[in-house]
Amino acid sequence: MTTGAPPAVGGAADIDAPDLNAPDIAAVEETPQVRRRRRLSPGKRLPASRLVGPVLVLALWAVASAAGRLDPAAVPAPWTVLETGVRLWTDGTLTTDILTSLRRAGSGFAIGLTAGVALALAAGLSRAGEALIDGTVQLNRAIPTLGLIPLFILWLGIGETFKIAIIAIVVYIPVYLNTHAALAGIDSRFVELAEVQGLSGFQFVRQIVVPGALPGFFVGLRLGVTGSWLGLVVLEQINATNGLGYLMFQAQNYGQSDVILVGLVVYGVFGLVSDSAVRLVERRVLSWRRTLSS
Amino acid sequence: MATHTEQLTRPAVRLRGLTRSFDDRTVLDAIDLDLPAGQFTALLGHSGSGKSTLLRAVAGLDHEVAGSGRLTAPETVSVVFQDSRLLPWRRVLANVLLGIEGNEAAHRARAALAEVGLAGREEAWPSELSGGEAQRAALARSLVREPELLLADEPFGALDALTRIRMHVLLRELWERHRPSVLLVTHDVDEAIVLADRVLVLDQGRIGLDLTIDRPHPRSYRDPLLGEYRERLLTALGVTEDHK
Ligand SMILES: Nc1ncnc2c1ncn2[C@@H]1O[C@H](COP(=O)(O)OP(=O)(O)OP(=O)(O)O)[C@@H](O)[C@H]1O
Ligand SMILES: [Mg+2]
Repeated sequence: MTTGAPPAVGGAADIDAPDLNAPDIAAVEETPQVRRRRRLSPGKRLPASRLVGPVLVLALWAVASAAGRLDPAAVPAPWTVLETGVRLWTDGTLTTDILTSLRRAGSGFAIGLTAGVALALAAGLSRAGEALIDGTVQLNRAIPTLGLIPLFILWLGIGETFKIAIIAIVVYIPVYLNTHAALAGIDSRFVELAEVQGLSGFQFVRQIVVPGALPGFFVGLRLGVTGSWLGLVVLEQINATNGLGYLMFQAQNYGQSDVILVGLVVYGVFGLVSDSAVRLVERRVLSWRRTLSS
Repeated sequence: MATHTEQLTRPAVRLRGLTRSFDDRTVLDAIDLDLPAGQFTALLGHSGSGKSTLLRAVAGLDHEVAGSGRLTAPETVSVVFQDSRLLPWRRVLANVLLGIEGNEAAHRARAALAEVGLAGREEAWPSELSGGEAQRAALARSLVREPELLLADEPFGALDALTRIRMHVLLRELWERHRPSVLLVTHDVDEAIVLADRVLVLDQGRIGLDLTIDRPHPRSYRDPLLGEYRERLLTALGVTEDHK
């Protein structure tokens, strides 16, 4: 405690370090001859810090509703939203709509993910593939995908196919871009190592190129997940006859703001669950990484 | 090392008229060199004198360099780089196993790690190793292939002085046990003298000095008889009295 040496870094000690330092800072103030560097990282996380903000907002909303300060037609009370949600769930409408929406987003996402990864591998691992694919995708990227909706309706009709196609395009672009950049940016020192160790072409790809590109792939994956929900919302609210967005669109016509809020909550849960799932997989797969956030 | 003379007659590496240039600048100029099998050779030279270029040529790594000459090198060559070059996404043992297969490979890799003092760290991630430990893991990776020729390009350049001395002892021990031919590139004259039985100085694209160091091992930095070799090497490197 009397030394000015920085705390040991590495191993399990990392996790406890900020905690152990806290009393030190007070000690330093009493004995100014022991100087300590100003801490630039924000320090230890508060417990359940992510929940503090949302809970506060919910509390404010409930209080304001109970006090009659909110117009129930514009912003219904939290318990009204809950009641409506339970009602829609028990009479089966909500489940049907949720399943329809999930199927759309899921199929589009799966196709987009597969296409993005396949194209990135083809473009990243062969010069011919790069010449054919990369320029084309870059061009595709320049066109906002949602702008393709009218054309796709003409081509594919207004059914499910066109919706899935649009979502797939929204997803494949970030997956391709990030995966391809990661594949192309593989450290030349590792290429040299592979040559020295006598790896075959296949071993090189499997043991060095692919694992090295995984961090970039996960960036693309998360953007793709976000993109698939965004595409879903837009598609369902303009051109659908069922699904969650359609439910909300109709509620707007009848002035049912509580139903709209139920829809928004479900969208929020979709986004939250899928993002957490991706994060979980990422943490597992990239457990070798030690970044500032870990 | 007169006892090894018979063994040293078969050259492991043979260069004849090796020339390498980058955009009209000739870095290696018709070099002739034989490295006998099992010899520990150090290669000294100024920064930019072409040491790495020579080593990369012997390792077969220079695909894009314009050059000519004849080069014979053994089948199994290992390279130790200045950085440990461990793949961050593989655990230490898997890194040592990079590029080798077979049932007893893992067993050999564990043995190699034990040899460099890393027993028990097989399942660590490279990011959890210190600089010296990482470099020892890299040594294990190159040894497990039982190379006939071990090429090392300033393998200890990034280490602190104390760790470097430990690594010198370790490298020499490993060499005694496995007897590969070694070509060690360094810019540290003392490192070359303490470790190698033959020191080459690369100057202006040619071997400017070829010095056999005939002192028993283990050698100490304090050995006054090594001072004479140091003097000759420094002179060959163009370091005169008033530079010291
Ligand atoms: N890829 C390259 N393209 C162009 N010039 C190069 C390249 N690699 C090396 N050189 C040049 O060749 C010369 C020799 O380089 P080399 O890396 O072999 O030197 P070195 O003796 O290893 O130096 P150091 O001790 O600093 O590592 C240098 O002048 C360098 O600029
Ligand atoms: Mg060099």
